[in-house]
Amino acid sequence: MRRKGYWPFLIPGVLASLLVIVVPLVMTVYTSFTKWNGVGEQRWIGFDNYTRLFEDSLFWGSFSNILLLILAMAVVPTLLGLFLAAVLFDYVAKKFSNRWASLFRSGFYLPQIIPVAVTGIVWGWILHPEYGALNKILETVGLGSLAHNWLGEPGSALYSVMGIMIWVQLGYPIVMFMAGLQRVDPELYEAADLDGATWWQRFRKITVYLIRPEFYVVLVTTTIAALKIFGPIFVLTGGGPSNATLVPSYFAYKNFFEKAQVGYGSAISTVLTVLIIVLSIVFLRLQNRAERKA
Amino acid sequence: MTVTANRPKTEPEPTVRAEKRANPVRFLVLAGLLALLLIIIAPLLIITINAVKSPADYASGGPLSLPPSLYWDGIVDFWNRVDFGQKLWNSFITSFTVAVLGVLLSVLNAYALGIGKVKGRLWFLVFFLVANLLPQEVLVYPLYFLSKEAGLYDSLISIVIIFTVIQAAFGTYLLTSVYQEFPTELLDAADVDGAGKLRTLWSVVVPVSRPTLGVLFTFFFIWTWNEFFLPLVFLVSNDNQTVPVALGVLQGDRLMDVTMTSSSGLIGILPALLFFLIFQRTLTRGITAGAIK
Repeated sequence: MRRKGYWPFLIPGVLASLLVIVVPLVMTVYTSFTKWNGVGEQRWIGFDNYTRLFEDSLFWGSFSNILLLILAMAVVPTLLGLFLAAVLFDYVAKKFSNRWASLFRSGFYLPQIIPVAVTGIVWGWILHPEYGALNKILETVGLGSLAHNWLGEPGSALYSVMGIMIWVQLGYPIVMFMAGLQRVDPELYEAADLDGATWWQRFRKITVYLIRPEFYVVLVTTTIAALKIFGPIFVLTGGGPSNATLVPSYFAYKNFFEKAQVGYGSAISTVLTVLIIVLSIVFLRLQNRAERKA
Repeated sequence: MTVTANRPKTEPEPTVRAEKRANPVRFLVLAGLLALLLIIIAPLLIITINAVKSPADYASGGPLSLPPSLYWDGIVDFWNRVDFGQKLWNSFITSFTVAVLGVLLSVLNAYALGIGKVKGRLWFLVFFLVANLLPQEVLVYPLYFLSKEAGLYDSLISIVIIFTVIQAAFGTYLLTSVYQEFPTELLDAADVDGAGKLRTLWSVVVPVSRPTLGVLFTFFFIWTWNEFFLPLVFLVSNDNQTVPVALGVLQGDRLMDVTMTSSSGLIGILPALLFFLIFQRTLTRGITAGAIK
């Protein structure tokens, strides 16, 4: 039976998406070719914002910071999460019990549920130069010389943020991978056992191989999350000190709402958007190719 | 971590149990995992013990000592100072409305795309996928500008409208793939009974897909609750702030003493923890929903 005449159900969705997504998107792209302070007249200046952008060392700095944040938010959690998920699924669940495995899973997932502003408070408090717990701990164990202003010094601020982001992200891959492992036929592991395969061999040949779909999904979503990162930077460092933790989205925010350089801010966000979409297409392609090979 | 030990071969039960008791690797693995868990949980524990510590006890014992007696003034003072009840209500009503409207919009879209298979549905799906990927920075200024023009700036209504659409983009994408597999017999039976499209949607499609809709609702609620960027831009007056915004902008406030800052952290963790406990089952099922193809 051919089903027809369903288009009226799309009307609210299409109208709402036009209003909230399409029109603003087009406006931002247009604005990126103009000079505008948010009030008054918009002046068309062609590609000036973009040429300025590519000569702006802050812009390049924000992107090199993002590369390190991709490491901390996507690469490390995905790899570590893969290993931990395999340990929980193929070791803890079998040698202890499923309850232990899910207890660990929930515990590791906990930082994921906390609102970003609260993450900022928690870590800002722990890393605080005067009263922070980390410096106190270091003093207590006699490593007081290591204590310093973790988020306040250009040399350590980005690495501190990276450490915090690993803490935040780790639970997501673990949960995803453990869920993916549920669909693996247990006989596969048993057969490998009978053949005398070690845990590490099973991990490499079975777990990693079978979990590939989830692996790609996790890597794409976390990489995109890293590219978009705003909240943690806003609450932890405000992009500072001296721009050591500046990221594109915060850079755009500052231009929009602090410097009233709306055209320039629009150019930054447009470049960021293009980058995210290109990256997603590349990932989707890679994923499709990997699946065809399988 | 040393986890390379051979798994016991499949042998009779008693041997396995004996081996379980004897194997030291088991306990090394468990100890390693417990240590890691402690590292993950430690920041939250530290915040909790300092939230209920008086500034005097903090000054004498430092951040790592257990409070000699429970001290609630930090939490109470913070609650009253920021009028936290109001913030909780703002967050709740926004998240709840977005979750309801977002699910509703997703259902309508997915009904047309997944079951109705309207023309050009592939392009609609690509659109919703891209809408999901967009960074909010690329939408924020026009939205800010337009909401000022419409008199909706600094109002929860603007946040509800924006997040309903943003969440529904994800919901449409997910739900369409679910509805594509919807059993045709049920739809045909409704046709035979003479039910119209709206009636079929309401009395057949929605009840059958209720578990998925529950997952979407949970997601939308928690995501909206945790949103920071757009609420930060849109909700500037104190009375309209949501919990994350109120906590985010108060950070570093000179009027906040050490333990009060800790209290504010704990107060922010608790609702999230509560939702996590309430929704845990739906959530663990739901997190994976996006991954299944």
